[in-house]
Amino acid sequence: MIKYLSRRIVTLFLTLFLVSILTFTAFNLIPGDPVILILGTETTPQRADMLRSQLGLDRPMPVRYVEWLMGLVQGNFGNSIKYSLPVKSLIEGRLPTTISLALLAIFLIVIIAIPVGIYCARKRNMAIDKVLNSVSMLNLAVPNFFLGVLFIWVFGLQLKFFTPGNYVDYNENFVGFIGYLLFPALVIALPNIAILVKFLRTAVINQLTADYVRTAYSKGVSDNKVISHHVLKNALPPVITLLGMIIAEIFSGSIIIEQVFSLPGIGRLLISSISFRDFPLIQTLVVYIAFIVVFVNFLVDVLLQAIDPRIRVR
Amino acid sequence: MVKKNKRLLLVYLLILLLAALPLAACGDSTATTSPATTVATTTVASTTTAAATTAAATTTAATTVASATTAAATTTAVATTTAAAKTGIKPGGSFIFGLTTEPDHLDPYQATSADTREVLFNLFEGLVKPDGDGNLQPAVAGSLPTISTDALTYTFKVRSGIKFHNGNAVTADDVKYSLDTAAGLKIAGLDNIQTVEVVDPTTVKISLKKADTDFLPYLTVAIVPKDYKDQNTHPIGTGPFAFDSFTPQQALVLKKNTSYWQKDLPYLDKVTFKLKSDTNALLLDLQSGSVDGAIVDSNTSKQLGSNFSINQANSNAVQQLNFNNAVKPFDNQKVRLALSYVVDPDEIISTVNFGKGTRVGTPVIPGLKAYFDASLTDAYKKNIDKAKQLLSEAGYTNGFSFTITVPSNYQVHVDTAQVIVNQLKTVGVTAQIKQVDFPTWISKVYTDRQYEATIISVDGANLSPQSFLARYVSTASGNFFNYKSADYDTLYAKAVAESAQSNRIELFKQLQQLVSKDAPNVFIQDIATFTALKNGLSGFTPYPLYVFDASTIYYKG
Repeated sequence: MIKYLSRRIVTLFLTLFLVSILTFTAFNLIPGDPVILILGTETTPQRADMLRSQLGLDRPMPVRYVEWLMGLVQGNFGNSIKYSLPVKSLIEGRLPTTISLALLAIFLIVIIAIPVGIYCARKRNMAIDKVLNSVSMLNLAVPNFFLGVLFIWVFGLQLKFFTPGNYVDYNENFVGFIGYLLFPALVIALPNIAILVKFLRTAVINQLTADYVRTAYSKGVSDNKVISHHVLKNALPPVITLLGMIIAEIFSGSIIIEQVFSLPGIGRLLISSISFRDFPLIQTLVVYIAFIVVFVNFLVDVLLQAIDPRIRVR
Repeated sequence: MVKKNKRLLLVYLLILLLAALPLAACGDSTATTSPATTVATTTVASTTTAAATTAAATTTAATTVASATTAAATTTAVATTTAAAKTGIKPGGSFIFGLTTEPDHLDPYQATSADTREVLFNLFEGLVKPDGDGNLQPAVAGSLPTISTDALTYTFKVRSGIKFHNGNAVTADDVKYSLDTAAGLKIAGLDNIQTVEVVDPTTVKISLKKADTDFLPYLTVAIVPKDYKDQNTHPIGTGPFAFDSFTPQQALVLKKNTSYWQKDLPYLDKVTFKLKSDTNALLLDLQSGSVDGAIVDSNTSKQLGSNFSINQANSNAVQQLNFNNAVKPFDNQKVRLALSYVVDPDEIISTVNFGKGTRVGTPVIPGLKAYFDASLTDAYKKNIDKAKQLLSEAGYTNGFSFTITVPSNYQVHVDTAQVIVNQLKTVGVTAQIKQVDFPTWISKVYTDRQYEATIISVDGANLSPQSFLARYVSTASGNFFNYKSADYDTLYAKAVAESAQSNRIELFKQLQQLVSKDAPNVFIQDIATFTALKNGLSGFTPYPLYVFDASTIYYKG
């Protein structure tokens, strides 16, 4: 187990290293000069050269990369070109929003999808199952930016549950902050709930037709007990894998939803950093996102090994 | 078993109910405006307002001599200016203005992109600053300068009693420090300064390397406190508003400068520039009442309903179809002339801009009244036969194909490209549209000049005719269409050196006629911009430049 863990951790860092090199190279190769974007097109060439050397952009690419990497290892992510503020403080200011949104969305997904999935499996092919299935399909079919706009119009403009664009800062009013996040979280959650419900339903149905379930019933074990003690244990591993993927996706900043609801999170920062060729900021954000994805995958693997002896590494 | 299920269901319902509790806390009861009835669900995001300017470098101004300019500012609502009677004004209050662009730097010497200058106009002032008519008025200076007869020295007196936001009096030392710093940073136009001398604590003398009767517009550059190092995090100037706070991507908050030198101004106590990701988000904010005003495009302005007054003005930039004059077939003047006869600005204005735009036929904006040559507007009346004839003379009887590269964040240019593609089909010319993001456009098209044709609005660094016409000089760094004309270069040098105002005007008009004749580009329009203000607010002042002046905005009493 220790050997396995250490191997996984080495792979994790290697992945991050490769991602950072790829990002760095890609963004340095595509056209776009942050210096001209800051100074405007009317600037004099001398002024542009001055700023370029001030920002260190006139040095060779490998030198800049190594410098950035050294900084990263020491926990110093450099300064944003666009805002000339430390990248660290920019990201730190965004994280609470993105993480709260993610946690809220995950909470909604888990408390809605798991019971509904099991319920659908038990009522399979009945009217209620068909209705819930159709609703799930609808959630999957509607693009989530449209769902976002629809939510803003219905709950914001018409029903006045919240004021669109009036983002409440968590320092000012935490309850209001969670309240404002509830709708974007729901928009993120709905399509994922639909996926998870379908997945869970199929997994549970597959288990319900298995021999050991028939055995359990013949022993007179109650319906609920069969589900909770026997079926779920076997149906959960694939669901956990999927949930892991969903969580990684949500934690890396739901870019579109943050744009639609004007939430100052990681996603919006990423878009702005790309459209401004803000290299230090892009690199750090991409590495952060890659870290979340790789790390959550790692956790899922470890968790699966813990609950399912069949896939334990020897 | 059924009972158990019901209990389970109840528990879940309870959890859901608890999760929904915060809802009660987040309904904003202060939103007084009822939402407009129109809904924006599927409008395509265009990231900026119609004024798609190629950013200019210094804060702008008009020529001093000749009351040259007035941007045509037709207001479809009651837009009063400062000159309005002082009745009906309720001083105080706070105002939230939405922006889809965002300031990057707050240090006025670092922040030179048009989008940033638009906002910093409220924080900083130069020795002189433009008024709504585009004329330069003394600001940090107490009066207009004494200019020596040889146009080599400009002497200014610092306005008595003027203070920085930190309460310190502005001295000649501050002025010298500011101009030296700005010139040291190679800010455009200031390279002509030889020396800045402090004559006495309130007098500065600026000596130039080359005589220039039209140097004043460059002196709109911000005056800042000497040796103050924190401009980027806590800017200090002399403008009507002082800095309060800045959260990137969220808001820039300004508070009233209580010791502002202009009597009665500003009216508002607090101005918040709210930074939105795109026009859709901005529209929703306007409709929900979380934003009191914004610069919007014509499409958005139509959707706002009756809760807003819409103030129309020019964007003061010329939208152009630019050809790369150095590549085939656009190196052939006949081809460019042919396309000038095919592209119909009127159709573009009515299709893309709902008829709101001012047709132009020159690189100079109509706002620069004294210099703008209106006779060129209809130089190329639509004439398909003539265009076909010119094309066959140039050897393209069957037309040709080329690519129009357009920055994707400016919806107005993308739409214009689509109209032009259709217009060109009538003479057998096939154009493909290639959309690129703005940084790519700046690199590939503007800096490297690797393109065939492009559509962009071009503005001037300031309101002198040079800033619009200098880029047509063969060696100019801003000459991204590769126009080369020895006649033009000679005439331009002559025009700049001319000190008699009437001759200057004549020479600058001749330059425009030369450009029109050679047709390096097709000049389309000065796009209209719309500033929406919530009912109850007034005092919008249009400027013949890309700025938003919050100092004249007030609540009606």
